[in-house]
Amino acid sequence: MTAVTLTERSPGRRGDAFLSVQDLHVSFRTEDGVVKAVNGLSFEVERGTTLGIVGQSGSGKSVTNLAILGLHSKEHTEITGEIWYGDTELIGPGGRTMERLRGNRIAMIFQDPLTSLSPYHTIGRQISEVYRKHKGASKAEGRDRAIEMLQRVGIPNAKIRVDDYPHHFSGGMRQRAMIAMALVCDPDLLIADEPTTALDVTVQAQILDLLRNLQQDFGTSIILITHDLGVVAHTADNVMVMYAGRAAERGTAAEVLGAPRHPYTWGLLSSIPRLSSSVDVPLKPVRGTPPSLLNPPSGCPFHPRCDYPQLAGPELCFTERPELSPETGHADACYLTLKQKQETFAKIKETL
Amino acid sequence: MLRFLTRRTLGATVTLLIIAVVTFFLFFAVPGDPARLFCGKICTPESLIQVRHNLGLDQPIFVQFVQWLSGIFVGRDYPAYGHCPAPCLGYSFVNKEPVFDAIIDRMPVTISLTIGAAIIFLLFGVSMGVIAALRQGKPLDKIASVSSLIGASVQIYFIGTLAVYFLVFQWHILERPQYVPFTENPLEWASGLLLPWIVLAVIFTANYTRMTRSTMVEQLSEDFVRTARAKGMSQRTVVLRFALRGTLIPIVTIFGLDVSTLIGGAIITETTFSLQGIGRLSIKAVVDSDLPMLMATVLVAAGAIVVFNVIVDALYAVIDPRVRLS
Repeated sequence: MTAVTLTERSPGRRGDAFLSVQDLHVSFRTEDGVVKAVNGLSFEVERGTTLGIVGQSGSGKSVTNLAILGLHSKEHTEITGEIWYGDTELIGPGGRTMERLRGNRIAMIFQDPLTSLSPYHTIGRQISEVYRKHKGASKAEGRDRAIEMLQRVGIPNAKIRVDDYPHHFSGGMRQRAMIAMALVCDPDLLIADEPTTALDVTVQAQILDLLRNLQQDFGTSIILITHDLGVVAHTADNVMVMYAGRAAERGTAAEVLGAPRHPYTWGLLSSIPRLSSSVDVPLKPVRGTPPSLLNPPSGCPFHPRCDYPQLAGPELCFTERPELSPETGHADACYLTLKQKQETFAKIKETL
Repeated sequence: MLRFLTRRTLGATVTLLIIAVVTFFLFFAVPGDPARLFCGKICTPESLIQVRHNLGLDQPIFVQFVQWLSGIFVGRDYPAYGHCPAPCLGYSFVNKEPVFDAIIDRMPVTISLTIGAAIIFLLFGVSMGVIAALRQGKPLDKIASVSSLIGASVQIYFIGTLAVYFLVFQWHILERPQYVPFTENPLEWASGLLLPWIVLAVIFTANYTRMTRSTMVEQLSEDFVRTARAKGMSQRTVVLRFALRGTLIPIVTIFGLDVSTLIGGAIITETTFSLQGIGRLSIKAVVDSDLPMLMATVLVAAGAIVVFNVIVDALYAVIDPRVRLS
């Protein structure tokens, strides 16, 4: 690990964020050409906070987080940019360095707890092997720790259930076991990739509460990937909206959800069904289809689906790609002036 | 587990009985008179009748079948040859010895041939498949698929004969194939069978390489394998403990089939290498119209398949805990 910790800090690196991603590009070589899944993404996560990453399928949310863990196959993926975890650069080292971090300092919870747990090993074994690998614990210590973790995530009869296989568990219990597995080494950073998508609503709330409590107790930073704005509103401190492998908007949860500035965020908010509205009001989807990542649109990647390019001035949105600005705080990548954004959203807000 | 085994043993017995009935009656459906063969070249009508009586061939077919079947459990008395103790599979028309003794005599040859070859092709096939899966599209993967294609295309009597000619007679690298009992001299047992093992393995390995490769590629893209990586498990652990586990299911399936077929008699292999195993015994029984011998070899072959089916089913439960539910 020493060789990596000695790597010089990038001059472009801002502040002392606990996790800092700078100008990340991830592309895959496929038979049809190069898919640019992430295009110059930068963000930071502070210690003990939750960053919610929102965006539709294919916007690069999961790809970004798999890159943080170094889980992309080296042969088919090209990753450039910088990912700093404290003083450790996570792009490049691979092998042992990443093995020591994964599951230990940085852990991940996957979307589908049914397929993400090994059907061939007991729950206890799958939890304890992480602890034994990273902490050098004995078999008995690993087992005790697994029972402790299962109790912590609220599995009843943990002492007995520890010897069960995943197929003996319900969906919610499997996700709890998955969380227990991710937290067994008390990681600093937890990446939760749509942790509640496969679960029903009551279980969803329980799982989110569990994550929040664990964060309060252990000061873990969380990256929560989701397409559910409700989940973000309840759990995230900061929010990043992703579109076509880039950040469209970023800020605190209150800023992004309360006073959104990017037309795509407006679209996302408008497409949420309201319990208070009458049932025959049709949902308003974001019109058009997500952009092809093989041939991304010119200019602003959102312009083919945007209702306001004429406001920003002729041709600007079609030819030049807007950058995320300002550098810190509530920022968005759109050419509209702040005043235009505020006025337009005020109109949209009435229909929400 | 006990219930599973009882049920399967019962099923196996019924299967074997049905196979015995079919074989027995098929034998009488084909033309040819075993008594005439048995009697030899100079055969008077009187001695033919005598022979027929001695072999019990003058009885109705059903009576013969019942006699044969009861012989297995309680033994049987032959007027001309004396008592044949249980399990009596009959007297060979041709060798004039109890069939059971012949089977017991030949069985070790076939089992030795099978075990050695099976170990080699299982180890090589699976490890080549795993390596090919991990090196998808790389030269090693291509070498593995080309060599397994070649292996799958050749025939034993072709490469077996070539191997004997070059490796034994021309270059003197390997010993001439022969069978020395393991209990007599383990070293000679192995060196005598090495050539047949290798040749058999060349042909069988291909199947295992292809099967392992394709299943392994699927398994490596499973979510739980990605989870294992995300947990910080080493590449070795990820491959051997997680991805290989699911790959074992189809491998165990074809392994059970292959081994049971070989135990039933590797006819061509035994003939190519002049080994006196069950395979040659059975082919000789067919040529000689030697009914008791034929019945015995068929039962051995069928028994091997039935037994390995049960073993394979039990192994499924060991490999995959989800199978244990039902």
